[in-house]
Amino acid sequence: MSSVSGMSSTGTAPAPARRKPHGRPRAGWNLLGLLVFLTAGFPVYWMLNTAFKPAADAIDPDPSLFPTGLTFSNFGRALDISDFWGPVGRSLTVSLAVVVVGMVVGVLAALAISRFAFRGRKVVIVGILAVQMVPLVAMIIPVFLLLNDLGQYDRLTGLIITYLTFILPFTVWTLRGFIVNIPKELEEAAMVDGCSRAGAFVRVVFPLLAPGMVATSVYAFIQAWNEYLYALMLMSQQNQTATVWLGNFTTKHGTEYAPMMAGSTMMAVPIVILFLFVQRKMAAGLTAGAVKG
Amino acid sequence: MSAADTTTPAKVPPARQAPPPPPAAKERARNGQRPGGAGAAVPWALLAPCLLVLVLVLGYPLARLVTLSFQEFGQSQLWGFLPAEFVGLGNFTEVLGDGEFWTVVLRTVVFAAGCVVFTMVAGMLIALLLQQVSGWVKILVNIALVASWGMPIIVATTVFKWLFDADYGILNALLSKLPGVEMIGHNWFASGPEGLAVIMLLVVWGAVPFVVITLSAGLTQVPKEMVEAARLDGAGAWGVFRYVTLPILKPVIVMLTTLSVIWDMGVFPQVFVMRNGHPEAEFQLLTTYSYDKAFVVNDYAQGSAIALLTVVLLLGVVAVYMRQMLKIGDVE
Repeated sequence: MSSVSGMSSTGTAPAPARRKPHGRPRAGWNLLGLLVFLTAGFPVYWMLNTAFKPAADAIDPDPSLFPTGLTFSNFGRALDISDFWGPVGRSLTVSLAVVVVGMVVGVLAALAISRFAFRGRKVVIVGILAVQMVPLVAMIIPVFLLLNDLGQYDRLTGLIITYLTFILPFTVWTLRGFIVNIPKELEEAAMVDGCSRAGAFVRVVFPLLAPGMVATSVYAFIQAWNEYLYALMLMSQQNQTATVWLGNFTTKHGTEYAPMMAGSTMMAVPIVILFLFVQRKMAAGLTAGAVKG
Repeated sequence: MSAADTTTPAKVPPARQAPPPPPAAKERARNGQRPGGAGAAVPWALLAPCLLVLVLVLGYPLARLVTLSFQEFGQSQLWGFLPAEFVGLGNFTEVLGDGEFWTVVLRTVVFAAGCVVFTMVAGMLIALLLQQVSGWVKILVNIALVASWGMPIIVATTVFKWLFDADYGILNALLSKLPGVEMIGHNWFASGPEGLAVIMLLVVWGAVPFVVITLSAGLTQVPKEMVEAARLDGAGAWGVFRYVTLPILKPVIVMLTTLSVIWDMGVFPQVFVMRNGHPEAEFQLLTTYSYDKAFVVNDYAQGSAIALLTVVLLLGVVAVYMRQMLKIGDVE
């Protein structure tokens, strides 16, 4: 929430200045803005609406746009149809492992490319950017064969290692953006005052980097949590993760939409809330350099 | 920031005695970083774990992707009954000679281009709109955007499947309320183009928030003085946008467009889940086509060849993106 209001406050700053000279009525713009709000928000609203309404009302041929009642039975049904907590536990394990490993490895690499001048630095940067560009889908075949050869097919460790390949380049590049924004002079001042290079990092850079690291971690967590293709390909039915669980949400009686929307809600709400906290920082971190250039 | 502020005045104003120590310290630090010195080992040591992971799990498969596409590799090779045989360009000639492949390429390019254009135009319009609306509308729109941005793709796809359901979907019900329209039971996925249009809508819906939020951040960096000056010189709203806003935002727009192209060429789960794991021929994009060849037909070599061709197709776009990003890397 705070992120949203923070955003609006930066945005409204130039507005008053513009309003005065023109004095144009805003009602038209506001109406258009509300239309955007309704259109963009409708799928989310309809998901929640369907999840909480009685299942019978969900298949009403003349559905009401407004809530028709409040029930949690769809959630119970969603949990019954197939094991929910197993996939969630596996998704959590994988995502957390990816974040922890990715952060440790990523911070070191980001430090190297942002704080040191060394021969080959540019090549490394190009390399890290380039691997980000390889479409994940293109890699599925060799990754599948590799894990098959290593005996890591259908193992969580295999999935964790695979996810690192797309989390790491992103983490390194984003953290680099955050580190670059911390003035070098701070570190140098600490070193003049007798800190070692590592000491200067731990005492000066690290505290300033921490918020950026939290945001990057959360974002990486979301990415890993949301991944579908590799989870589908590399895990068998009994080891499926949460996204695959939702993707396969059909029963013998066809698709039961109300429980499916309840399942969607359970998957989406925690992620969207996490996302609310970090989105502003991430958008800023991802583009900080772009605007300057 | 405050610490930086305290160091700067110390350096600038007084006598010349004060500054020398910091430069000396700086030089010592710089010397340590010079390549060849003992310091060069430090950055490489820091990079080592990252590079190790990337080479192992990305470099190796990437190389394998290339070699695979030059081999004969099917079910029997996967199980090790037969050695993988080198067939030269065989897979490529087969893929390139297949008329269906070119249909899929065309479809993918049109689909991705549509997604990118709609995403960028809608994103730009909404970002500009957000500058005009009152604070509370802005907050509402931002909440909706962040919620749709944060939605996992699979969830979003599932929700759209429900919105567009033939019998009970809300969209058909709403459209049928219009006079003279009878849409109940209309199957949006009966034909490829129509179904892909729905999938395009889903992709655009998910991609617009990132564009809006990034462009909004960029718009706050447009100097007000320049806008005022342009206004005084007689520029209308379009003139200001065309000659002031657009040039300033250009780097951001280039970056967003290239990223969108890369992402939209790689659309997979949306099609896959929408079509219940078995996209019909009319729905095949390069990604699903490659997947189908590999895991449905069990011709891993041809699947790899198609994947490799997709990457090659993207190279031009990637080059633009890389140049932009490296420019950023230089600025620091």
